[in-house]
Amino acid sequence: MAACSDHPNIECLTYSAVREVSGNAGDFTVTVAKRPRYINESLCTGCGECTEKCPGKVPDEFNLGLAKRKSIFFHFAQAVPRIPVIDPTACLMLTKGKCGVCQKKCGAGAIDFKQTEQLVKARVGTIVVATGFDIYDASLATEYGFGRIKNVLSSLQYERLISASGPSGGHLNKPSDGKPAHKIAYVLCVGSRDITSNNYCSALCCMYAAKDAMLAREHDAGSESFVFYTDTRCSGKGFWQYFEKARSEYGVNFIRGRVSRITEDHSGNPVMWYEDTKQRRAKTLTADMVILANAIVPAFGTDKLAAMLGIELDKFGFIATNSFSPTDTNRDGIFVAGCVGGPRDIAEAVAHASAAAARAAETVTREAAVPAIGNRG
Amino acid sequence: MSIQLQATKKQDPPDEETPRIGVFICHCGANIAGFVNVEEAAKYASSLPDVAFVQKNLYTCSETGLREIKTAIKEHKLNRVLVASCTPRTHEPLFKSTCQEAGLNRYLFELVNIREQCSWVHMQDPVRATEKAKQLIRMGVARVALLEPRQEITVEVTRKALVIGGGVAGISAALSIAASNIPVILVEREKELGGLLRDVNKLYPTLGAASELVDEHVKKLQKAPLIKVMTRAKVLNVSGFIGNYKVQIDSAGEQIEDTVGVIVVATGARIMIPNGMYGYDGKNVVMQTELERRLKDGSFSARSVVMIQCVGARVPEREYCSRICCMTAIKNAILIRETYPETEIFVVYRDIQTFGTLYEEDYRRARELGVGFLRYGLAKLPAVDEGGVTVYDELLGKNVRIPYELLVLSAPLVAPEGVTELSKMLKVPLDANGFYLEAHAKLRPVEFATDGVYLCGCARWPCDIGDAVYQGRGSAARALIPLRKGKVYAEPLYAEVNPNVCRDCRRCVESCPYSAITTVEETVHGYQRTVSKVNPVLCKGCGACSVLCPTGAIGMKHYDNTLIMAMIGKAF
Ligand SMILES: Cc1cc2nc3c(=O)[nH]c(=O)nc-3n(C[C@H](O)[C@H](O)[C@H](O)COP(=O)(O)OP(=O)(O)OC[C@H]3O[C@@H](n4cnc5c(N)ncnc54)[C@H](O)[C@@H]3O)c2cc1C
Ligand code: SF4
Ligand code: SF4
Ligand code: SF4
Ligand code: SF4
Ligand code: SF4
Repeated sequence: MAACSDHPNIECLTYSAVREVSGNAGDFTVTVAKRPRYINESLCTGCGECTEKCPGKVPDEFNLGLAKRKSIFFHFAQAVPRIPVIDPTACLMLTKGKCGVCQKKCGAGAIDFKQTEQLVKARVGTIVVATGFDIYDASLATEYGFGRIKNVLSSLQYERLISASGPSGGHLNKPSDGKPAHKIAYVLCVGSRDITSNNYCSALCCMYAAKDAMLAREHDAGSESFVFYTDTRCSGKGFWQYFEKARSEYGVNFIRGRVSRITEDHSGNPVMWYEDTKQRRAKTLTADMVILANAIVPAFGTDKLAAMLGIELDKFGFIATNSFSPTDTNRDGIFVAGCVGGPRDIAEAVAHASAAAARAAETVTREAAVPAIGNRG
Repeated sequence: MSIQLQATKKQDPPDEETPRIGVFICHCGANIAGFVNVEEAAKYASSLPDVAFVQKNLYTCSETGLREIKTAIKEHKLNRVLVASCTPRTHEPLFKSTCQEAGLNRYLFELVNIREQCSWVHMQDPVRATEKAKQLIRMGVARVALLEPRQEITVEVTRKALVIGGGVAGISAALSIAASNIPVILVEREKELGGLLRDVNKLYPTLGAASELVDEHVKKLQKAPLIKVMTRAKVLNVSGFIGNYKVQIDSAGEQIEDTVGVIVVATGARIMIPNGMYGYDGKNVVMQTELERRLKDGSFSARSVVMIQCVGARVPEREYCSRICCMTAIKNAILIRETYPETEIFVVYRDIQTFGTLYEEDYRRARELGVGFLRYGLAKLPAVDEGGVTVYDELLGKNVRIPYELLVLSAPLVAPEGVTELSKMLKVPLDANGFYLEAHAKLRPVEFATDGVYLCGCARWPCDIGDAVYQGRGSAARALIPLRKGKVYAEPLYAEVNPNVCRDCRRCVESCPYSAITTVEETVHGYQRTVSKVNPVLCKGCGACSVLCPTGAIGMKHYDNTLIMAMIGKAF
């Protein structure tokens, strides 16, 4: 992130949204709306003084509601640029006209409650769409009790819990009573490989579940891990070995079978009902905490963005690309990078993004010969 | 013999001037000043030797703070600057540039971190936090006094690329590089381009013909005048480093020599031949490629087909999944069921790899078309006899015997011949399976740790065409950075071997993750000797060689022993 924002040829517009796109390969005009942060970006030094005394307490999106944040806040500790944002729906000054504590605290005089949205127009030769993905809302799979049973969590919530800088300091505590979870189950293909939700494989979840299960064992050697799977999807570089390590060195229990439903017992522990397909028996397993491997789904707003850009979606709602040229959309000069075109892991997304950059460079090099484009950038 | 460590020799400050150090201490609002007594620290700093000027800033990194540094350099004739503030990760480049703008060499700057490493971790004890800040400043002053000016290293890059391997990955890389008007030499060992695809019939997921895709790529190559394609060619020798590789290539008996700036490795993979496995005979027990050939030329005739997956893959001898063979089996099963509906097919598998949005539906479709899938485990491998396969189906919990007329083995992709030789020539590493090892598994997937060498496609790991194409282009994008700039810049922070002390043990050569060290013939005290030499452009200054050298012959520029000892000397 820092390398990107420091690069002399890259201008980062954060907290911004594309409003309008016109033109063609070699000469697009893009209108971007910069939402007001209520902070003067050129004065702010990122010291964070302002966030200290703000009386606001709002659920923290970054920690998926597992922690609270202030009304003036940094999205997360390493956010780039390091400039806070004021949440206009929560800030007392912006909602009720009184407070201004942050303004008093800011030695740089950077707080500006009068800031408004600004429209920025840019002429560019080519566009790369890299707006990523969302995770499947597991509450739609009502049989798993997500949102109803406290100790059933999404995979991203788990990432925040196990993170040393996360809301629980890296401890895997049960949301129901804050006590440590020792027996943790991971349910794969939640919203994936399922004709009633998404008829595709999310490609990443087998691997991250294996990672999650190993991390839990590393964190607490006395803990037990159970992974419910159908096929282990392990075709990436070194992945199968990784699975074998989870099985043999970390003692992770892999159970082949899909969980049909999750209920809650008297003490708030989730109970999984499943068929162990290798033993051909219906069984139950009670765990302290259950992690759902949510499907990777198109990011909210991908359809609107695609319409604005005049590019097609595939039948699942990801941006459609050519199978043998997977960075190319149906429009010349517009490319995709990463999960916006379908699930990809980090290494794949990085290589894919480099490929999109190569295609973008091809367009710009080719079109640069046309004299009409003078003020690119 | 007395050994004088080059690195411990005291160096005189530049241009014989005495150091005039400016110390700037940041409050960082209350982040530092809330716990460290900045006033006291500043007073202390003024008492230190060679310190000519001390200033406290509310925020050193703000416009005001930077201006204060520049003004002080000019007004107080400062020739060294120390900033005591936050982590160097955020603002060190900014401070260095500020010094440079004020006419001071950017390497005469040093930063000590009194926030993350002091005020933030000692919030409960402001008195001792202040003491620690003073110590850190004292050590920083001792170091900055001894720093020498340095110049960034610049190397011209020859604007030409060598791509090794003419499969889809290599072709894609070559086309992308040439699209930036940069000449490419594409070297292919066989007499035709196309790689593995030469043996493939139809392609998943589109079911288009592989030959059409290859033709399309070759046509694009023909329309790219900057790409020189050499078939039946072999790279004989490579020397040099990023920007200037001398390469020697033999093409059908004719030898050429050329200079290129970068090299892309796209040497792909080959299919493991399952000799001695499941009765493989090439007739009734064949590989997927043979099945593809028969489907293509119409000689396919079997009424019952069994496919066994993971033949020699995901086993202790070959601990990996070859990624493409499940989809290849499903593709061929669908093709057979559609063209020869009377033919029965069973796929005997362990896990099915139909990952992503493109393939899962094909798996479902194969089942809808009546392809049977039986799951086996490593504990009980399928047993093959003359006319049937006996499988212990894990899900049924029993042995099933399925008759076959044709048994097809899905064997994995393995590294092709010649990888060891080529990897040595290019000084790039292989993994345990003979695939090339990238610089970073997640963040630098299509480049090697050694600058100027890139990788893509099945040379990196088994992959499908879509993957091979984007990796080819991805590696081209990385290679285009030095190619388009025409120059590479390296920080002058590198290791240097003292030839007087090097005894040619070559431990450093082996230790360097970036292949920056070679051995050279040098005349040392009138004797011809072989000694190690570091290429400052390739060296990343990691220090691995320096700590391994048994004679202490290797010193690190800008971090040599004098500087470190000076700091340690002032630590307590
Ligand atoms: C049976 C089978 C069916 C398949 N079906 C499909 C499919 O339907 N759809 C799909 O997407 N993918 C399919 N694949 C995968 C596809 O073949 C690969 O993704 C693709 O070929 C990878 O391209 P590559 O350029 O990385 O490697 P390769 O195709 O292996 O090309 C590498 C080239 O480098 C050359 N080379 C190697 N060493 C040297 C050297 N030292 N010097 C010079 N040249 C060298 C080789 O001769 C070769 O021409 C299939 C694979 C197999 C085996
Ligand atoms: S003015 Fe708003 S953001 Fe600032 S401290 Fe008050 S509530 Fe928080
Ligand atoms: S206090 Fe002012 S300068 Fe510091 S982070 Fe907040 S807005 Fe920026
Ligand atoms: S990657 Fe694994 S868990 Fe995720 S959808 Fe595919 S098979 Fe299911
Ligand atoms: S792709 Fe399928 S057949 Fe090939 S190694 Fe992986 S699991 Fe086995
Ligand atoms: S310092 Fe590191 S990169 Fe430089 S030569 Fe030594 S081992 Fe190689």
